Amino acid sequence: MSDDKLSLAWADAWIRGAQAVLAEHRMELIDLDRAIGDGDHGENMDRGFKAVVAKLDEGGVTDVAGILKVVASTLMSKVGGAAGPLYGTAFMRAAKAVDGDDVDSSGVVALIEGALEGIVARGKATTGEKTMVDAWTPALEAAKAAAAAGESPAATLRAAAEAAATGAEATIPLQATKGRASYLGERSIGHKDPGATSTAYILATAADAAEAA
Amino acid sequence: MSVALVIVSHSVKLAEGVVELAEQMAKDVQLRAAGGTDDGRIGTSFDKVNDAVTELRAAGHDVAILTDLGSATMTVESVLDMLDDDEATHVRFASGPLVEGAVAAAVTAQVGGDLEAVVAAGAARELFG
Repeated sequence: MSDDKLSLAWADAWIRGAQAVLAEHRMELIDLDRAIGDGDHGENMDRGFKAVVAKLDEGGVTDVAGILKVVASTLMSKVGGAAGPLYGTAFMRAAKAVDGDDVDSSGVVALIEGALEGIVARGKATTGEKTMVDAWTPALEAAKAAAAAGESPAATLRAAAEAAATGAEATIPLQATKGRASYLGERSIGHKDPGATSTAYILATAADAAEAA
Repeated sequence: MSVALVIVSHSVKLAEGVVELAEQMAKDVQLRAAGGTDDGRIGTSFDKVNDAVTELRAAGHDVAILTDLGSATMTVESVLDMLDDDEATHVRFASGPLVEGAVAAAVTAQVGGDLEAVVAAGAARELFG
């Protein structure tokens, strides 16, 4: 049982880490999205998180919820594809779910639960439709189990990130039934969903930042 | 109170083209194109949609919004979520095929239909078969 809590510094390091990782994987996400979508996901996430970091550099944010709100509003404005409203709503609900600063393990669960609820509300998707819901849902389940077992916030995030990565891999054999990928029908089978993939990267950087805190 | 339309498309040209087409039959209706991202790429822009809605509301119009694809609809729903409750009653999403829906909605607004009637017209695919 750990009583260490995640604070503003963690959230800031998380989002900056996510920006670096999404920039690094820009081409991979573009290629995944070209296979079953319009090819803009890598570009959009890269542009979006660069704009978020530029906004954070302006300063003035005082708590975890504040960081998440900056992410939400910036992605909403700067990401032109479906990822803008989806991640924007996710981070907005996550910001409302965490109570200011000092996020403990149950706070991590609340954050992930808020994000998933936001995505479901906005995208009206459920599991098994080859979307980012297929990464966020197992992430939430893993986080709940870890928190219930008394794990630290960092370990809770790591469990969520690993489940999200497994969930993203598990989208490969699925047929898309939501969004533009669904127009491809059976031809969407055999490709990893780009939104589930970016979700796994974002949660992995959250865990990295927590372990380094 | 007259009803105005905002046409949201991933493409700047498509949004402008739909406005061009719809205004042929609705000379007195305020039509705004909100196409493309902030920097003119393919996509949709929260700010473009929000600015168009804000401008039309400030001019005293009710606003019906039409979209081309699902992710444009998500952008519109994000804008609607951010409105105050009072404002939200004056701004509605009209689901339907973009071109036929926009023409039907614009004509309905031209002949004095209220927001509900315009939104219903925008969603009524069978009107134009």
